[in-house]
Amino acid sequence: MAATKNRPISPHMQVWRWGPAMLVSILHRVTGNGLAVVGMAVLLYWLGSLSAGPGAYEAFLGHASAWYGKVVLVGLTWAFFNHMASGIRHFVLDIGAGFELNSNAAWSVFTPLAAVAATVLTWAAILLK
Amino acid sequence: MGNGTSIGRVRGHGSAHSGTHHWLLQRYTAFGNLVLGLWLLFSLVTMQDYQFETIATWASSPIPALGLMLFVISTFWHARLGLQVVIEDYVTDPANKVIAMTLLNLITFAAIAAGLFFLARLQIVGTATSVSGGMVKSAMQQMMGGR
Repeated sequence: MAATKNRPISPHMQVWRWGPAMLVSILHRVTGNGLAVVGMAVLLYWLGSLSAGPGAYEAFLGHASAWYGKVVLVGLTWAFFNHMASGIRHFVLDIGAGFELNSNAAWSVFTPLAAVAATVLTWAAILLK
Repeated sequence: MGNGTSIGRVRGHGSAHSGTHHWLLQRYTAFGNLVLGLWLLFSLVTMQDYQFETIATWASSPIPALGLMLFVISTFWHARLGLQVVIEDYVTDPANKVIAMTLLNLITFAAIAAGLFFLARLQIVGTATSVSGGMVKSAMQQMMGGR
């Protein structure tokens, strides 16, 4: 009964070789937790200021349109699309598809690239309006 | 309980009968988030401007208000499920785990309640604004603390 304490614990940082699937998995967790903490706070601040009236909402808009606010909002948009893309990948994996090595790696590469593209398109649509 | 390995202790005991529930809820809420998140993002991108009047009118009309309420419930619940997995993965001390899980559940309930309260409050103020020629609005504003 040796080495029970030495069993690998998630996310196996020291044991596994870096690869696309691992990157997508880690990004899924990072963006998910970013959305859960920062996204939840921003959403509540937005709704709270809206319900508190024009003055409070103006203050929200002031922060949201400042450079640091834009960084947060663009970051949240990217996190949303990244988590969405890797989440859809999880739906596909859930039905038992996409485990073949080449297609798994291909979709793992495509997922974060699609998220970046969607983020750029979204903010282009907002800023070029 | 013997002194066997952790895998040896659970082997042969069958399913824990609780993991599937968490897993399925994460998928149900994920689907809700997908639909509602894309709807919210599309609505915000196509909004003509982001001034108070525009956003308050939009967010207090029935379908967007309902969509936002569902979005708050679905995303915050999904967030709770995800953060739970992180706690289970990284907080190994049983006492710390209980504390972390307690805080997570309390904060999630508080956040959902706050989101729904804000939307309900906006609903009352927004409706009063659109109904009023002034009377209802000023009465509501007095009730809400005068703004």
